[in-house]
Amino acid sequence: MTAMPDSRPPAPIRTEALEALLTERGLVNADAINGLINRFVNDVGPMNGAKVVARAWTDPEYKERLLSDGTAAVGEFGFSGPQGEHIVVVENEENMHNVVVCTLCSCYPWPLLGLPPDWYKDPAYRSRIVREPRTVLNEMGLALDESVDITVWDSSAENRYFILPQRPAGTEDLNEDELAALVTREAMVGVAQVGAPA
Amino acid sequence: MDGIHDMGGEHGWGSVTIDPDEKVFAEEWEGRAFALGAMSGGLSGTNLDAFRHSLERLHPLAYLQDGYYGRWLACAELLLVDSGIIAEGAVDARANNLLGKETPEPPDPEVNKPQYERGGGGSLRQIDDVPKFAVGDQIRARDLHVDGHHRMPRYIRGRSGTVKALRPAAVLPDATAHFTGEDPQHVYTVTFDSTELWGPDAEPATLNIDLFESYMEPRS
Repeated sequence: MTAMPDSRPPAPIRTEALEALLTERGLVNADAINGLINRFVNDVGPMNGAKVVARAWTDPEYKERLLSDGTAAVGEFGFSGPQGEHIVVVENEENMHNVVVCTLCSCYPWPLLGLPPDWYKDPAYRSRIVREPRTVLNEMGLALDESVDITVWDSSAENRYFILPQRPAGTEDLNEDELAALVTREAMVGVAQVGAPA
Repeated sequence: MDGIHDMGGEHGWGSVTIDPDEKVFAEEWEGRAFALGAMSGGLSGTNLDAFRHSLERLHPLAYLQDGYYGRWLACAELLLVDSGIIAEGAVDARANNLLGKETPEPPDPEVNKPQYERGGGGSLRQIDDVPKFAVGDQIRARDLHVDGHHRMPRYIRGRSGTVKALRPAAVLPDATAHFTGEDPQHVYTVTFDSTELWGPDAEPATLNIDLFESYMEPRS
């Protein structure tokens, strides 16, 4: 077991120390570190998943491919990489709502959604969504009708689950880009639904 | 292992709130800790499962207080020390020096990366074994109590469920995290009813979880 907290220098200075030790040994360099940070701040995030959702809403054949082989279908956009070895897409329906968690750590489909948000990593979410999902979803602002069944997916192996939300009413005239702009990260994890355009 | 990381079903953690303005990295150091954590597996000659296990090896108080990227930093250090890339105590000594507290830094250790056979990149593998279970089979999650890395949460142990899907075979994290081999196995999504997990008064719900074949037994 490792050291107790509070007996160590603060994390920002330990980060600087570790980076310096590895840089001096020629094992890392600032360009590689900055490149990785930049990738997850700017290039990979929920906007990727939103494109997949909008395509599935507008192209029935794509939707069929997406639900039968998620990894290949998201690969059509070039979305692949770490934490995306096997993507399983689950569709929300009128009477069935799906929601994703990783109770053991914070496994998450990085190529589609980027790095997980705080609430997904929060012990409160990890502990409770598998036990009282309806209550937790309510607290998070999603009040589902009692007639809607809830399925929780606990990502305990290398399969990464991605929710295809329901397309909201009143969006018949929107194109793919306009639809993608409506899709939130929370809807693609299953703690929200996609709202109609304002 | 049974530890603080295994949070499914625990009580007392309060409510969940979404911050709509959250940044990917709240502070600059978090991005750097993420990058160092992401690189630590390759630099230490270990793997993703060893990284996940290193999270479980943190002191429970540190696990909670460090926060997500604090844990990544601590785990990067742990794997790099294990493999003799940096010395134990080197990070704290350097950090203290950066803070102006003159501190002797330990000499470099002998590099000692784990030696083990990998069957390829990533975690998925092709295997020839015939799957022991089929969709629709009634199974029980074995009553396993594993000291090391393990990917079946406590809340599933001994509970009865139904096989929903066969997923791609994958390396067994229990083996790869400890560098004893890969032991690739079939992986199944198994469905449990909430009343089987949490008793007759549970909120109605269905729980789907991925289990490695050796975590499962037929329900007789």
